Amino acid sequence: MKSYVYGIAFACAASVVHAGETAPTAVQFDEYGAVPVSLTGVAGDPANGRKVFANRKQGNCLACHQNAELAEQSFHGQVGPALDGVASRWEEGDLRGIVANSKMMFEGTIMPAFYVDAGYTRPLEKFDGKTILSAQQVEDLVAYLLTLTD
Amino acid sequence: MTLKALMLGCAAAAMATVAFADEDAVLSIEGETMVTQAAAPAHMENVDTVYSGWTFRTPETQALQLDDFDNPAFVFVDQALELYETADGTAGKSCMDCHANVADFAGLKTSLPRVEDGELVTMTNLVNECRTERMGAEPWKYSGGQMSAMTALLAHQSRGMPMDVTIDGDAAPFWEKGKELYYTRVGQLDMSCSNCHEDNYGVMIRADHLSQGQINGFPTYRLKNAKINTTHGRFKGCMKNIRATPFKEGSPEFKALELYVASRSTGLSVESPSVRN
Repeated sequence: MKSYVYGIAFACAASVVHAGETAPTAVQFDEYGAVPVSLTGVAGDPANGRKVFANRKQGNCLACHQNAELAEQSFHGQVGPALDGVASRWEEGDLRGIVANSKMMFEGTIMPAFYVDAGYTRPLEKFDGKTILSAQQVEDLVAYLLTLTD
Repeated sequence: MTLKALMLGCAAAAMATVAFADEDAVLSIEGETMVTQAAAPAHMENVDTVYSGWTFRTPETQALQLDDFDNPAFVFVDQALELYETADGTAGKSCMDCHANVADFAGLKTSLPRVEDGELVTMTNLVNECRTERMGAEPWKYSGGQMSAMTALLAHQSRGMPMDVTIDGDAAPFWEKGKELYYTRVGQLDMSCSNCHEDNYGVMIRADHLSQGQINGFPTYRLKNAKINTTHGRFKGCMKNIRATPFKEGSPEFKALELYVASRSTGLSVESPSVRN
């Protein structure tokens, strides 16, 4: 039963902003496109972030990025840069900004914005008004990325 | 930027160059050599060479297209040939009653879509026009099994001929509209056709080797769903993948996009019916 309740909460996560969370439209990017402040105030869980990274219906980061730490997953994409040692190249706020909306840092990038819920053209109805990831999933993903050091 | 970051950047850039299983592989079908690489038409500002989707596929998938006996699409082409010879509708006519030799359709696929009486028409439109206007028959569903098979049969008559759609004159406004759609980002993933098929062809997106999205091989048999796939069906699938609401098959938008994408295939041989993953 417990896992059932958890499943329901999880399925709704991407469409509901919880108390204490920063709404997608309220995220504060600095002049470089970084987001220094946590979106939730709750420490990210790197173990869940690892799942978000690989899951095709969540981050699906492997579609475009290679990551040796996930060697057990087949088929790593090559569209974006490899993420091995990414935490040695970027600060936490940079990574949060890139995940939330990379277009703030890299104009014209192909990379989707994972914490933007408005402004899309012809979104499929079931994704309309929603973010790809919840605020906590973004935090979990950032916490996982921070473990990828050289 | 540190030297290390610079080197990583260079490594990533080097990886982004086009990587084929075998760049020199030659597509020869039943003894006829297809043009699978050609100088890009002048209107393509960001691409030097156009490549058939065949060049991006694995050797196993490529091999299925070398011999019509191995090509699973021909089951459907044979079914279409039966339809071609079968009377339908109130006029009691078959395709063959007016078009005695299906081979006379050689060249049609290379020129479509095209403008007729101010309207952009696809091969599907032409088939349905014949059915409703001359045969007194019901139109077929745009990407249904019968229409997919029939358009594969008709396109097949042009196999080996270079794609060559008209983009100026009456066609210009349709072509411009298609171009605009090609470069418009849509859906929750916020991507345009060009993001993958112009900026990133040749690299892997998870398990898929990104192609240029050429349609010289369409209608195509896809191993993924084991049937003939139409251009509009494929456009629809792409849009769903990026979480966008697709345009309707046969819509003005998809017809304009088909014209624009066909113009990007200029010079590549018609391979219909090709085999893709």
